[in-house]
Amino acid sequence: MTPPAFAPIGLRFEDIDKRYGGIYALRRVSLTIGPGECVVFAGRNGSGKTTFLRIAAQLVRPSAGKLSFSCASPNEETPAIRAGFVAHATMVYDELTAEENLLLFSRLQGTPKPENRVAALLEEVGLSERRASLVRTFSRGMRQRVAIARALLHEPAVILMDEPATGLDPQGVSWLAETLRRLRDSGRTILMSLHGESEIASLGTRAIRLDGGSVVADTRTGATFRSILTFADV
Amino acid sequence: MSLLSNTAVLLGKELRTEFRSRELLTTTFIFILTIIVLFSFTFDPTSDESRRFAPGLFWLAFLFASSLMLQSCFLREQPNDTLSALRLSVSDPFSIFLAKLAANALFLLLTELLLLPFFTVMYNVPVLPVLHWLALVFFLASLGISIAGTALSAISAQARMRELLLPLLMLPLLTPILVASAEATKALLDRAPYVPWAGMGFLTVFDVVFLTAIWLFGEYLLEE
Repeated sequence: MTPPAFAPIGLRFEDIDKRYGGIYALRRVSLTIGPGECVVFAGRNGSGKTTFLRIAAQLVRPSAGKLSFSCASPNEETPAIRAGFVAHATMVYDELTAEENLLLFSRLQGTPKPENRVAALLEEVGLSERRASLVRTFSRGMRQRVAIARALLHEPAVILMDEPATGLDPQGVSWLAETLRRLRDSGRTILMSLHGESEIASLGTRAIRLDGGSVVADTRTGATFRSILTFADV
Repeated sequence: MSLLSNTAVLLGKELRTEFRSRELLTTTFIFILTIIVLFSFTFDPTSDESRRFAPGLFWLAFLFASSLMLQSCFLREQPNDTLSALRLSVSDPFSIFLAKLAANALFLLLTELLLLPFFTVMYNVPVLPVLHWLALVFFLASLGISIAGTALSAISAQARMRELLLPLLMLPLLTPILVASAEATKALLDRAPYVPWAGMGFLTVFDVVFLTAIWLFGEYLLEE
């Protein structure tokens, strides 16, 4: 087996609080995510999943507490982390074509040979034939494919996905599950928020449920894992 | 180096999207042209009167038009959360500001140059002998309006009453630029034109101070 071209990264959240005005979105969340783990976050609407992922992406600064990253090997210095992030919104420009969007972000990230990388990703997400179409002419599912391609452009060691199957048809969900399986098996750390059991949820090696901004369940075992996703124990 | 390359890539994106939609340029151009034409017919000024008040009118029109133009600068990043994608991609958030303010300055400058012939004809003021100095004043003033306006646009885009907030913050802050550029333009359009060093010096200092402030604190303006 060939070693990964990147150092697997772990994340450590220490007593994270996030307040918006007087309302707590997250309250004293402490979690350690090991390098290469695939963690599924479940929880009702407003439970804090999105805020948690945005803090992990370093888009939102916590009101209190600390987020740190660590390498699998303690001797290695942790590089600057640039996570691949798929959010609720597509995070791509409607007025640009699929290819222009991906080229824009790959050039900003300094991806070597951006044209080749973009062509390969467009092929992978099944949008090669529509590469020159404006994103605003795409269906929601096609936009989501562009969003996923954008997040994977720089082959990130940490992948964060907020309900990544939104808008995808069954074939799209299968494609995403297969892609995530490959990424997980290559040692990437994956954090994703999902609703209920699915092909994608079954890839998780750990399930965490948030409620009212706090972690209320955290498991790696089969039966509890399912109950966290389906709320069967609530 | 990555700051400059990121800025160049983002500037290319700003220009491409604008020239594809022509949304801002068309609105700004028509708004200012309407004001120029309307005031010309209403006051029917003589050449001497034009030299006295037309520069003020010209820059006032640009100030209002720029608040229209700058309003959407960060707002249009919101529907698809593309600002987050940019923040995750660039190595220095200052490049986002730099690209946006450069694009805004270019759009303003382009509008000014396109409207200059109309202004010359409607107000009967010859600009050809001082065109190069006028272009420099336009450049410095457009840059100043864009630098301060882009920063304020980033602030107001995150507020609840954003449409109201930007003009409220921007118009008082840009009044010194308006005064300096109107005075400088007036000096250049005088019957005995002279180079307005004081006005141009003020515009340069304004640009440098505000650009430095954005360089130092701009990152915080982009945070959620």
